[in-house]
Amino acid sequence: MAIEKICGIETEYSIIHKGVADPNPILASSMLITSYVQETGPHFDNGIADSVVWDFQDESPANDARGFTPIGSLPPVVETHLVNAVLTNGARFYVDHAHPELSTPECPNALEVSRYDRSGELILREAMKSVKSLLPDDQEIVVYKDNSDGKGNSYGCHENYLMDRSTPFGDIIRHGIAHFITRQIFTGSGKIGSEVPGSDPDSIAYQITQRADFFEEEVGLETTLKRPIINTRDEPHSDAERYRRLHVICGDANMSEAATFLKVGSTCFILAMVEDGFIGEDFIFDHPVQAMKEISYDLTLSQPIQRTNGESITALEVQEYFCERAKEYSERGGLEYVGGEVGLKVLNKWEEILVGLKEDPSSLHSQIDWIAKKRLLDVFCDRHKLSYFDARARSLAVQYHDIRNDSSIFNKLGMVTINDAKSVSEGVTKPPVGTRAYFRGACLQKWPEQIVSANWDSVVFSLDETTIKRVPVLDPLKGTYADVADLIDQCNTPHELIHALDI
Amino acid sequence: MVENQKYYDSDDESSNVTADEEETSLENSQSVNTSELSGDLDDLLDEIDQVLESNAEEFVKSYVQKGGQ
Repeated sequence: MAIEKICGIETEYSIIHKGVADPNPILASSMLITSYVQETGPHFDNGIADSVVWDFQDESPANDARGFTPIGSLPPVVETHLVNAVLTNGARFYVDHAHPELSTPECPNALEVSRYDRSGELILREAMKSVKSLLPDDQEIVVYKDNSDGKGNSYGCHENYLMDRSTPFGDIIRHGIAHFITRQIFTGSGKIGSEVPGSDPDSIAYQITQRADFFEEEVGLETTLKRPIINTRDEPHSDAERYRRLHVICGDANMSEAATFLKVGSTCFILAMVEDGFIGEDFIFDHPVQAMKEISYDLTLSQPIQRTNGESITALEVQEYFCERAKEYSERGGLEYVGGEVGLKVLNKWEEILVGLKEDPSSLHSQIDWIAKKRLLDVFCDRHKLSYFDARARSLAVQYHDIRNDSSIFNKLGMVTINDAKSVSEGVTKPPVGTRAYFRGACLQKWPEQIVSANWDSVVFSLDETTIKRVPVLDPLKGTYADVADLIDQCNTPHELIHALDI
Repeated sequence: MVENQKYYDSDDESSNVTADEEETSLENSQSVNTSELSGDLDDLLDEIDQVLESNAEEFVKSYVQKGGQ
């Protein structure tokens, strides 16, 4: 049975260190985040609770949702030695592998995810300013919100969705694959060339997504090698008896707010419908991994994908089916699991985008990244008489993902926004009110000196010199503003809070 | 359901697109509306020329990102 789709996004940003001969991305990422943390604490202007560290208790990324880990799998490791910060908005800002990464707080719906994703950009932008002030004048550390360097290296924008543990994982695999490979037509951020290992990089002039080239398996535990369309990491960060956290690794990072909103919003609908057994049609493809690439390469959106039942269907047609089912689902009470009114907005946007893709994709140049980027490249290459493979065009394609104020090209494109600037700015310091992130963020704001560490499902308080108390928040739906705002307001100390919570 | 019939209709067309066909479709889509867009976006292109990396060749060459998920 469907449960509310609490959701969030983790974005790995690319990073370059200009002005040094032998840049080290781990060091650059550490400097970026550390300078942000140190410059702004302990006044919380930018959502930093000074001296509070990430708590690695309960991290288990090697657990496999299938209940076994195939021989030869390379499960991820937990990097406890690198910089990790918890922000007062409930987010996590840290070094992951060789990249700075920002995880939004748990959000109650797709609209809030799109807002905190933008707030995350403000945090990264501020971090670039902070570290610049510490570096020599001829150096700069710059991040880009993309997923590929064009040379065969990719980095992720992962999504997370709360799911009912009792839903058979096979159902998630079956319908998830169909959605994830076909939603690319509106989630893609656009890319010049091919990065499939062993392929000619120039065999594709332009493709819809940045990530499709890097996927090699249908199902698996890995995230850095042999990437699977369905990731089986079983690390719920909540009550494992009741919940599953579906970790989606195959999406692109979106510059467009509308694309982020629809990417997450449509997926919330699909997963709720899977839980309720409402999808209906099974779209099982002969070769999903290959189909994922073919859909990414088909700018005409007309290429049919072969199904195991002998029929074929285009990605657009699959999405049209899903959107229609989602409408029926909402009429039968499904909206309560996908954000209520927000769910209606998702449906409207979903339909609008699919109609646009069907009738005139270029009409979506202010909403869909791959279309916006292609339009930009087309006029630029036309003016300068260049091919997409020219270094200037490639540079422009990277710079589309530049989030700095003074050099952003994206900000000049007149893209559709969904959240107003004020609410995005507030998201830098304030947590969402509709999930447990509220409890984490509000406690960090009120008692930064007395919190030792925090993570997704607990906050650890230091009550005195010898007493440390962990407050578990195992239910992502609890600890909301409605649940705890008055209580936190009334308590003068963490001691009073813990007493009141009867822990 | 009748309204969904179109999704299940058998399609005899091959799903394999040859390299030639792909190139043609790319060229076609690339040329659509370019001149019209150029007019609208002239000012933007002027601004882009100002913020584009001065040494695009070097920038693109050195843009290498290892160790990602």
